[in-house]
Amino acid sequence: MVGERGRRKAATAILFLAPSLVPMTLFMLGPMAGSLGLSLFRWDLLRPPKFIGLANFTNALADPALQEAVGHTLFFIVGYLPLVYVGGLLLALALNQRLRGLAFFRAAYFLPVITSWVVVAIMWRWLLNPGTGMVNFALGLVGIQGPGWWTDPTWAMPSIIIASAWKDLGYVMVILLAGLQSIPPEYYEAASVDGASRWTRFRHITLPLLSPASFFVLMISLINSFQVFDQVQVMTAGGPAGASTVVVQQIYVDAFRYSQMGYASAVSWLLFVAILAVTAVQFRLQKRWVNYA
Amino acid sequence: MPRDAASGTEDLAVPVHSGRRRGILSLGSRGLLYAALLVGAGVMLFPFVWMVSTSLTSDGQLFVTPPQLIPSPVQPDNYGRVADLYPILTFLRNSLLVALVSTSFQVLSSAMAAYAFARLRFRGADGLFLVYLATLMVPLPVIIAPLFIEMRYLGLINSYPGLILPGVASAFGTFLLRQAFLTLPRELEEAAFVDGASHWTVFWRIVMPLSKPALATFGIFAFMASWNSFLWPLVITNSLDMMTLPVGLSNLQGQYTTAWNLVMAGSTISVIPILFVYLAAQRYVIQGFATSGIKG
Repeated sequence: MVGERGRRKAATAILFLAPSLVPMTLFMLGPMAGSLGLSLFRWDLLRPPKFIGLANFTNALADPALQEAVGHTLFFIVGYLPLVYVGGLLLALALNQRLRGLAFFRAAYFLPVITSWVVVAIMWRWLLNPGTGMVNFALGLVGIQGPGWWTDPTWAMPSIIIASAWKDLGYVMVILLAGLQSIPPEYYEAASVDGASRWTRFRHITLPLLSPASFFVLMISLINSFQVFDQVQVMTAGGPAGASTVVVQQIYVDAFRYSQMGYASAVSWLLFVAILAVTAVQFRLQKRWVNYA
Repeated sequence: MPRDAASGTEDLAVPVHSGRRRGILSLGSRGLLYAALLVGAGVMLFPFVWMVSTSLTSDGQLFVTPPQLIPSPVQPDNYGRVADLYPILTFLRNSLLVALVSTSFQVLSSAMAAYAFARLRFRGADGLFLVYLATLMVPLPVIIAPLFIEMRYLGLINSYPGLILPGVASAFGTFLLRQAFLTLPRELEEAAFVDGASHWTVFWRIVMPLSKPALATFGIFAFMASWNSFLWPLVITNSLDMMTLPVGLSNLQGQYTTAWNLVMAGSTISVIPILFVYLAAQRYVIQGFATSGIKG
């Protein structure tokens, strides 16, 4: 009797799960396993695949192009993360005040978040146009000679960082604003009664109680930064002269320009493992600074 | 001095006003804050204004100094020109089709799976749910080569099914909707079961109607993610007639590198639909991002 009911229950569950489980298996779990298998082969899609063991991985670790791309990706992370976090925090603090027009400001700051990376990259390519671009024109008004931005190897990655931080500021703001609004006002009232200054209240109430939201948004941003691609592809395509290539671009080029499917898969698994490792370390470190009240 | 006095008196008023927001500022710092927020809003909005302005600028006026915020002459014809040069309307149709179809599938398949995880305590449910969650960690680049090979094998390169199929299920949506279903009171469902209703009936007649906000939040989210996605459409399409807007725009920009007015006309066209979705459902959109945290 119980077995019969259990079977019927399982049958119902399978019916409900199938529309999501079947595509998930075919287009996510299957390719994941496929990617791991593929990483052990040399395959250009023309000749039959050839098993080469871990050679793709050893080659990847010694590949100077990949090392450069890793360097550029890390440069991106180091420039982008502080900019977007501090900017988002300042906006969230400002919008957490009792102000008129809050809805307008929130909507305006959020607008870039819903815009596609391609459009954002195109907009900023135009704004940062070295010759007659708006940004260099504005800098010229205050007597600064603007750089060549995305046409200059030194400034290509900073250009991408500026566009990326501009786009994601609103996202960080919304997450941190939700965190700020969950801090009980009583804490601030008690601190005010005790004569704590605004800075002390910020340092000892806001920051610690905001730390779960900060942790969350930094984690998500970090994971996404490792996979930066769209804006790079459209703004610089990795140039000039390879000055702004990133890891995912390397995977894209290896797989779809050079048809090295096995090698690209190996690199993508190295990226995945790096992301998992950094995430695991972050979770370890969170005990030191994240305060779950 | 007067500033301190002012903030002092306002501080006294805290208990009276004690609402959810507690920014109590003096007039001076309030003015400064407004100024900063307005400058900030200008920085966030100006690139959009400049995009539209450039899209209306004539070829001869594109590179003049100082840049003209209001172009003279205004040249709306750029929109027609870009549509003649490039199949922008085809990109638009492809983007709409792909986004609408994959969103409908995602909402339905995720809701059904979410119901299974939230209400049918079948064997292995926890393990399977963990597998779903784990896939959220997998970056698209990890599966992109085998996925492409699979599509090639199925003969779906440069086709709508090739564009859509990888996006018909969503682990994220399953997770989000499961959380929403778990908060629903069970009494209604139990009453329905007593009356002999099946799980299918309960799902459609009770759970789905009660979860409209969560379904809307996820639906808008899925639509935006699909509308803006770039890497997969870039890989799977290879002719202009199959490209979605982001891929087509990137292509247009690569080809007409100095025709900024045409590129901006194309960009403006691609922003308008998503802008309407955003303005119509802003609350759901922002709330969705805030509660789920995931972004495209």
